[in-house]
Amino acid sequence: MADESPLICRDIHKTFDKLEVLKGISLETRKGDVVSLIGSSGSGKSTFLRCINLLETPTSGDIIVHGDPIRFTNNRKGERIPADNKQVEQIRSKLSMVFQSFNLWSHMTVLENIIEAPVNVLKVPKKEAIERAEAYLQKVGIYERKDYYPAQMSGGQQQRAAIARALAMEPEVMLFDEPTSALDPELVGEVLKVMQSLAEEGRTMIVVTHEMAFARDVSSQVLFLHQGVIEEQGTPEKVFDNPDSERMKQFLAPNF
Amino acid sequence: MLDLKGYGPALLDGAVVTIELAFLSLALAVTLGLIGASSKLSSNRLAKGTATAYTTLIRGVPDLVMMLLFYYGGQVAVNNLSDLLWEAYEIDVFFQFDPFISGVVTIGLIFGAYMTETFRGAFLAVETGQIEAARAYGFTRWHTFRRIIFPQMLRHALPGLGNNWQVLLKTTALVSIIGLTDMVRVAEEAAKAERMPFHFFIPVAFVYLTLTAGSELFIKWLNKRANVGVVQGG
Repeated sequence: MADESPLICRDIHKTFDKLEVLKGISLETRKGDVVSLIGSSGSGKSTFLRCINLLETPTSGDIIVHGDPIRFTNNRKGERIPADNKQVEQIRSKLSMVFQSFNLWSHMTVLENIIEAPVNVLKVPKKEAIERAEAYLQKVGIYERKDYYPAQMSGGQQQRAAIARALAMEPEVMLFDEPTSALDPELVGEVLKVMQSLAEEGRTMIVVTHEMAFARDVSSQVLFLHQGVIEEQGTPEKVFDNPDSERMKQFLAPNF
Repeated sequence: MLDLKGYGPALLDGAVVTIELAFLSLALAVTLGLIGASSKLSSNRLAKGTATAYTTLIRGVPDLVMMLLFYYGGQVAVNNLSDLLWEAYEIDVFFQFDPFISGVVTIGLIFGAYMTETFRGAFLAVETGQIEAARAYGFTRWHTFRRIIFPQMLRHALPGLGNNWQVLLKTTALVSIIGLTDMVRVAEEAAKAERMPFHFFIPVAFVYLTLTAGSELFIKWLNKRANVGVVQGG
């Protein structure tokens, strides 16, 4: 089905020990959606993103990737775990993640970083993977750094390499976990520019961010999380210009 | 020219024994170290307990005592066991403890415990973000280990590994006590017979020094290779 939703999350709960971090988050995306998750630290936005590709296992709730619901079971201690590791690996390969601290593999060059998963997980022939990688490196503007090691590049270049790594999987959905938060202020722009061009291409993206200008100008949907619940949700115009929630109003009007 | 009074060929044979002993012990120690470290880091309580008992026991007993215990005690144990089997089932099994094998096993066991600690620390030093990225891209556990954790762990393990190797190499001298004709044993006999300790022990010391110095260079080179992609401070 061509217009099947790339990602649906239903009533996601997550509890760490006794602390309930997510109290029922739902999200439905259409192809080409750019969803910004905003909110203060500790609101649960990163945890929600990590639940989507099962870096955290949600305590309850459903995740459906392109019509394929993730199956869960309970382990001997009664904790919920994914039922089928093969399915998890397959679903993760459709949801590329870009991390706050880049997490490029430090012992591999940029090019090696980008082809590693396509070659070994998707079984793309190496030659084709290299061509693909080079094209994406052109796109994010660091082709000439392809043989550098991550530590030899600036944060902005590393994050752009990490975005190329995510693109090389040709994913259904790209997950961004505060992609600019670890960058020096003057490097934020180059990464946001790349992300904006991806949005314009019609890629489905879910972005946890503190960049309000990006959320307002680029997203099609904004979710404002507060203490594990969605406080405000809708188009950027609605959320930023005409919010119903008191919290959202406070969040937008910082007191100096 | 140094006159070795006809002991030259025997010393050379002894040196070969020393080197063989060292490399085989190293192979055993590294294997045990990897198994030990994986066990210590696993969530399986039996594996964890066994590995902890192993390192605590081995690291707390002098190498020489271990070696004597294993060589002489091992033989007694085998003899008793073989008597028992013969009386009970008329099964005839017997083997003589060979000093070379005993040496490899003892030294391997001892240094396996040190390697366990070295590898454990090195595994823990791999940043969680590196592993998380592998998981997030759909790697299997084995693929994550082979392509991400192991190569990065090695970088952290190499300095400790090199150190252990040098100590191991020197510990091989202890096997002369259980009757293995290594370089030290030959030199000792020659020195006694000729009453020339300096004449025989100094060349032996020099061989050890050459081996350790050579290893140091090799480890430096390995380190440089393993640290590719790491910006050195300063």
